Formats: sequence, C-alpha cells, structure tokens
Amino acid sequence: MITMITLRRFGAQTASILWKDLRCELRARQVWMAMGMFALLALVIFNFAFDLRVDNVAAVAPGALWIAFVFASILGLGRTFAAEQEHGSLDRLLLCPVDRKAIYAAKLLGNLVFIGAVELISLPVFAAIYNLPVLTGGIIPIVLLGTVGIAAIGTLFAAIAGNTRAREVLLPLLVFPLIVPVVIGAVRATQGLISPLAGDLPWLGLIAAFDVIFLSISAVTFAYVIEE
Amino acid sequence: MSIQTMPASQARPAAEQSLPAAIQVEALSKTFALRPVLRGLTFAVPARARVALLGPNGAGKTTLLRILATLAKPSAGEVLVAGFDVRHDADQVRRRVGYVGHQPHLYEDLSARENLEFFGRMYGISDHRARADALLERFGLRAKANERVRALSRGQVQRLALARGILHEPALLLLDEPDTGLDEDALALLAEVVRARAAAGVTTLLTTHQIARGLALAETALVLAGGRLVHNGPAAALDVDDVRALYTARRGAR
Repeated sequence: MITMITLRRFGAQTASILWKDLRCELRARQVWMAMGMFALLALVIFNFAFDLRVDNVAAVAPGALWIAFVFASILGLGRTFAAEQEHGSLDRLLLCPVDRKAIYAAKLLGNLVFIGAVELISLPVFAAIYNLPVLTGGIIPIVLLGTVGIAAIGTLFAAIAGNTRAREVLLPLLVFPLIVPVVIGAVRATQGLISPLAGDLPWLGLIAAFDVIFLSISAVTFAYVIEE
Repeated sequence: MSIQTMPASQARPAAEQSLPAAIQVEALSKTFALRPVLRGLTFAVPARARVALLGPNGAGKTTLLRILATLAKPSAGEVLVAGFDVRHDADQVRRRVGYVGHQPHLYEDLSARENLEFFGRMYGISDHRARADALLERFGLRAKANERVRALSRGQVQRLALARGILHEPALLLLDEPDTGLDEDALALLAEVVRARAAAGVTTLLTTHQIARGLALAETALVLAGGRLVHNGPAAALDVDDVRALYTARRGAR
C-alpha cells in the first residue's frame, strides 16, 4: 500500500516537473529550434563533405546521422539545468519535498521528448538526401535505445556540469567518452539495417545493456550530484 | 491591502504545536573549501517567534538560512527544525519551511497562477488550484494571474514570491533579504505578511541589511559577525548604533 502511494506520488511529481519544463521550453523556444537546425545543417554539410557513392554510402552515412544526433543532443542536454540555475529556480525546486529521482526522471523524459522530436524531423531528411531506405520499423528500436543511452548519462552529467562556470565546454568532454559504446552500437546497427551482414554482433543488445547501466548509475547518484 | 491568513493550528497537527523550539542549533559550523563561514553557533528560536538575523556582508546569514532550509549541509554540529534533523529528516523539514529570498526564483515563462499551481503540486497540496487562486486574490495579483512572470513588475514578482513562500502553510518562514529592491508599497506588504504569519502562529526568521526595519519587525535579534553569534536578545533593547557597534567590535576582536 505504501509502495503504491509512493509510486503514485513519484509519478505525479515527475509529471508535474516534466509539464513545467515542456511548457517553459515550448514558450521560450531556446533549445529545440537550435537543436533541430543544427541536426539538419550537420546532415547537409556531411553530404557535401564526403565523396558519397553507391558503394560507400551505407558505410559512411550512419556515422554522419549519429554524429548529427549526438551533437544536437548535447545542445539540449546542456540547457537541462542551466536555465534553472541561471534563475536560481533549481534551489527553489530542491527546497520542495520532492524525490530527487523524480527530478531526474522528469529531466530525462524532457530530454527524450526534445531529442526525439529532432530525430523525427531529421530522419526523413537523412533518408532523402542520402537516398537510403532507413524509414522502416527496424530504425525505431535503434534510435530509441541509442537516444535513451545518450540522454540517461547526459542528464546526469548536465547536473554535474551545471554547477561549474565552464559547463558548455565541460559537458561534451564528460559525456562523449562515456557514450562511445552506445554510439558505436547505434552506428553499426543502423549500417546493419541498410545492408545486413551475416554473423553481425547483436548491437541492439549492447546498446540496451549500456542503457541499463547508465540509468542505474544515474538513478543512484543523482541525489548526491544535485544536492550540496 | 489586507493579508488574511489561515491559523497555523488548522494546518498542523497538535503534537507539532507543542514543540518547544522551532529552531534548535547546537555547535553549528560550516566551512567552504577550508574557509570557516559559521563558527560554533548555538541558539534556539521558540515557536511563534519573530526573529531578525542581522550581520554585515559575509557574516554567514545566508549560509545559516540555507542550512535551515536544507539547501546546505552543516560541516559540524546539530540543527533541528520543528524537531527534525536537517541532515536526516530533510523531507520533513522541507514540508515545514517556507523560504523567500531576495531573488524571486520563479519560472519566468510560466504565468503567476501556473507558478503557484506547480509549487502546490510539488508540496503535495491536494487543492492546489483553489489555494493558488486564494493567494493571488490576497496578494492583489488576480488581474495578473494569467500573465507570464517575465511581464510582471518587480513589486508584483516579489509579491508572488511571498505568496509562493506561504503556499504550503509553513511552520517556519525564512526570509533572506526579502526587502531588497522593494518600493514602499511592497515593503508595507512584506511587514504585513510577517506580522500576519506571526499572528497565525508561524515562526519567522528574516535577514536584512536595513537594521531599523529588521528591529522593528522582530521580537528577537540575532547578530552574526565573522561567522559567530555575537548577540542573542530582545530586539527592543537594541538600536541601529548598537547593532553597528556589534559588527565592528567583532571585526576589531579578530
């Protein structure tokens, strides 16, 4: 009974913080427009920068796609706590009797919504300009699992970097090395979707394993990171 | 403008009202990177008291308030708020503390009503919509309820911050230089809120650089200097010169 009440309270707090973050961002339009523009520009530039031919496009294009996703994500992740810290409202949120895990869950879900929206817009553009058949059901678990991995660890480190003056520089330096396995897995899984190889490794399983590790570490450590 | 308040006895259980001290601080020390900010503070604030916490810049006033509000942890010593330890029962303390700072710390892209409703949900207030409406009415913000905070004047924002501070009917109200940048009307409102909350049984601890205003609003004055408590006594027994002398005496002793 107590567990049910605790769970319901956790869900209500998470939903309230998520609602607040989405509403603020949709009104301010500070981040998601920039993320979307960045991802689209990156895809267009990569298309011109690489000498793409029929025989090498399947090997190169997935890398370009995930680089665009990762860099666009970092733009959004950097603002996860920065906006709250600039106005001091994070302290005010921490003054409330709110489960710190609910704050993490809401920030993570908010990041997933905005990164997901950018990916939703970018994927058809990617398929069109690289002329690749990626708009199939198979791309959904790859993008979903890859995005969860990036956002899970990115949200945790956004809280750490948010307390520093050099947060814009620090966040990518902290996050990029850690998400390498997820990005490699996502790129190889996307390549497998375009031109399947016999005996390829179970890349989705690798990404899922890292997602579980990142989510577990973040859930356990977030309260210590966000509080003094 | 008249500020009506719900009696604290309606909002809190009877056991809590019988607590002898709203704040109990024992040998509290706080250091930041080996620099001592608070040095062995010991004092108690009885329930329903109005206390002014005075001190020069860097005396440790804000740090003490942040510890009482659970935003910072003591380096040594014990701090109880309404009988709950700020380290081990932080959530219980948070439910009982209202905090208003010199910065409003509101969400600028949400409306006045949305801000109050959001914090109402964070405190688990079941009728948060009705409570938000009642406070907007009391603080003269009904006409501005649906305007975004960034469109409100400084005085209106500070009124909203005050409303948010008492939204959950806290037993202890911490006011950290709430008079900074306020015009005369807003200052009168602040004084009225402090007195009304005290009449409703709420303990108030406020810091201010306006010594005369602090002494006028409070029954008890705590004076900090150099991280030490240099005075704890009736506010009526002090005047502005006495307080200034306490600031400089401490500086001379260091």
